[in-house]
Amino acid sequence: MQHQLLIGYADRQTFLNRLSGSTKLLCFVGLSVIGMMTYDTRYLIGIMLFSLVIFHFSKIKTREISFVVSVIIGFSVLNLVMVYVFAPHYGVSIYGTEHLLLGSNQHYFNLTTEQLFYEFNLLLKYTFAVPLALIFLMTTNPSEFAASLNKIGISYRVSYSVAIALRYIPDVQSDYRTISLAQQARGFEISKKAKFMTRVRGGIQILLPLIFSSLDRIEIISQAMELRRFGKGKHRSWYMAQKFKQNDYLALLVVAGLIILGIWLFQVNAGRFWNPFKS
Amino acid sequence: MTAPIISFKDFSFQYDSQTEPTLRHINLDIYPGEKVLIAGPSGSGKSTLGRCLNGLIPQSYPGKISGQVLINGQEIQTSSIFDLSMQVGTVLQDPDSQFVGLTVVEDMAFSLENDQQDQTTMRAATAKWAETLDLQNLLTHRPQELSGGQKQRVAMAGVLIDNSKILLFDEPLASLDPASGKASMALIDKLAHTEDLTVIIIEHRIEDVLQQPIDRLVVMQEGKIVANDHPEPILRQSLMAQLGLHEPLYLSALLHAGIDLEDCDHLDSLAELTVPNLAQRLQTWAAGVTLKAPVVHTEPLLTIDQLSFGYEPKRPIIDNLSLTLHRGEMISLVGQNGTGKSTLSNLMTGFLTPQAGKMTFDGQNLADLSVKERADHIGYILQDPNQMLSKTLIFDEVAAGLVLRGLDAKTIEQRVLATLKVCGLYEFRHWPISALSFGQKKRVTIAAILVLEPAMLILDEPTAGQDLQHYTEMMAFLTKINHEQGMTIMLITHDMHLMLEYTDRTIVLGNGHVLMDAAPADVLTNDAIIEEASLAKTSLYTLAEQNQLNPTAFVAKFVQAEREAR
Repeated sequence: MQHQLLIGYADRQTFLNRLSGSTKLLCFVGLSVIGMMTYDTRYLIGIMLFSLVIFHFSKIKTREISFVVSVIIGFSVLNLVMVYVFAPHYGVSIYGTEHLLLGSNQHYFNLTTEQLFYEFNLLLKYTFAVPLALIFLMTTNPSEFAASLNKIGISYRVSYSVAIALRYIPDVQSDYRTISLAQQARGFEISKKAKFMTRVRGGIQILLPLIFSSLDRIEIISQAMELRRFGKGKHRSWYMAQKFKQNDYLALLVVAGLIILGIWLFQVNAGRFWNPFKS
Repeated sequence: MTAPIISFKDFSFQYDSQTEPTLRHINLDIYPGEKVLIAGPSGSGKSTLGRCLNGLIPQSYPGKISGQVLINGQEIQTSSIFDLSMQVGTVLQDPDSQFVGLTVVEDMAFSLENDQQDQTTMRAATAKWAETLDLQNLLTHRPQELSGGQKQRVAMAGVLIDNSKILLFDEPLASLDPASGKASMALIDKLAHTEDLTVIIIEHRIEDVLQQPIDRLVVMQEGKIVANDHPEPILRQSLMAQLGLHEPLYLSALLHAGIDLEDCDHLDSLAELTVPNLAQRLQTWAAGVTLKAPVVHTEPLLTIDQLSFGYEPKRPIIDNLSLTLHRGEMISLVGQNGTGKSTLSNLMTGFLTPQAGKMTFDGQNLADLSVKERADHIGYILQDPNQMLSKTLIFDEVAAGLVLRGLDAKTIEQRVLATLKVCGLYEFRHWPISALSFGQKKRVTIAAILVLEPAMLILDEPTAGQDLQHYTEMMAFLTKINHEQGMTIMLITHDMHLMLEYTDRTIVLGNGHVLMDAAPADVLTNDAIIEEASLAKTSLYTLAEQNQLNPTAFVAKFVQAEREAR
């Protein structure tokens, strides 16, 4: 039951799995940054198609991600609505023209083609970034994750703590479950039946033992790591690190090309926005 | 004679956080190739001694040092943990909390990664040790998925890979079932010979360690070494029992039979034990003891009918299980790690919901009751008291359950104080919980459950990590509430000694079924069950067999004699 909620790595035997973790991380970060910066709709549609095609090749099944994707869609829709509620004229101020579709320009809430177009761009950004993130997370072996963070220049201590944190999530979850049930048996009601404040107080009763047991874990693990010489040198090697192969260089080249194209478009458009309203 | 590989010279240590020294004037030499067992009650300083060997003292635990410790010629005060780790490999008590790698092979290679070895070297080294420790087929698994024995082998591989010549084990048996513990001891003995290791084992389960030969037994008490010799002379003087440690069961049996230990040879190894007229004397003793008829409890309290549960329906953990527990029974629930002992108790307390089957408690269908309501009838005490304690004061902790049940202040106070008296915690009632020892904390958690007046208690490993004195106190307390209040008690345990001496009925769980449901002595003399449920024969059984006695009757008589002696 719980397993399906979380997305996870599996060896799906595709070329994406065989790329090194660092390549995937660099490509993901690079494309996300350029995609977040640009508002060139043509470019966004281009990389969105690109990411969907890659996603198709990754052989990730819809069943595995349905929950996560529905949560993301929910939040994106909410986000788009909120953008409209708080700044219904933002599109107008960006593009400098106003084509009214609904309402009058005297009112706070009206609908312009510019606003719709602006929010369409936002939608494209979400659609292209989500598949990329899923690909990165689900085709990168967690063990390689730390190695790849380290390779792109993050200190190995930080990289390893990230990996260790990931590794401890299931343990902490099961601790939480045990403690919570033990407290419920004592009579702490934390289900929906209880009042909000009672639930909060019940929550604290669980949190306290959970924090103490987690601190114990941290102390033991850090000793265990020290006893095996973690932190001795400035560098460490990685058993799971993959050497860059031809495909890695190829992938980096393709992504670099896409990024350069994006930057070149900044120049052509004289800014981050592509404006179809000005002719 | 060769020079010692480890040498303590008038060494004392006091933690910065403590007011008294933990180690006092230790003089100890350990020679290359020796296998040394360090034993002692909790708080005797044996773990602290271990920390001096691997450098955690003084680096991670600062304190005042006088005297000297040399490890292979290096002084611990001037060497770093990293330097010492090349000499001493440490296997911590709970392998689960020591795993860093996400897969077995990465965990093995962890220290090599830190040494910046290249991948070819790491592959060769992991392959070599995987073969030695029989881990080849597990390399890509998560260490957490493995069985207890396999986990320990991974932990050993992770330190042996450094080729360090000294291996230090901190309570290696604590998280293993009896059969894995036996296998683990045999493996350590084999490695010590093939790899030329000096092995130091810190453990208080002496009987289990002595299954393999030990060169030297060091007994500690209150920070001092009180015995340091071959095991045999120490056992002969019965020092163990005097120092609050479990002595091997066969020794207690010899003593019951009135045998003078001075007459015995090879006291440290049951297989070679020679005592004049042993068989005859044991037989005479056994003939002189008449077994009392066991107390039979017949009033059903909890009836389990065709219960099934599995996280994945295809792999049931509890499979069509039926069982009746009677009021007033003291039961032990045993079985291999992961056979569903905890799952079964979680089903009883409502923490998990069964997929099929019915449970009736005192005529009431348990399915109709919530977790909270069931807790009024069945109390469940977790192994780790820290997971249960959430208040700062003892009184508040024990009162919490009643407060939440909306009782008035006066009734609460009455019931809490009465419970604290039963649990021997009355004097501590205004103390903060943080000031208590592990065993006392455990007792607070029991009090917090008892105050709800359940008809049945389930305890998960009630004596884990406690020395003989605390162990005896805890069990005497449980026996008392079992006798005086007619409390039904079910203990989940790996401790064969506990099961034998304190419970009347043993339920052996395996493959989701009840494999056997009988008196403890019958279970521990049944070879097929011992094998299937990863239990271990106790030395009593072997002693009886070697001397042409009926093992079941002999074990039962021994237990009776022990209980009467208490």
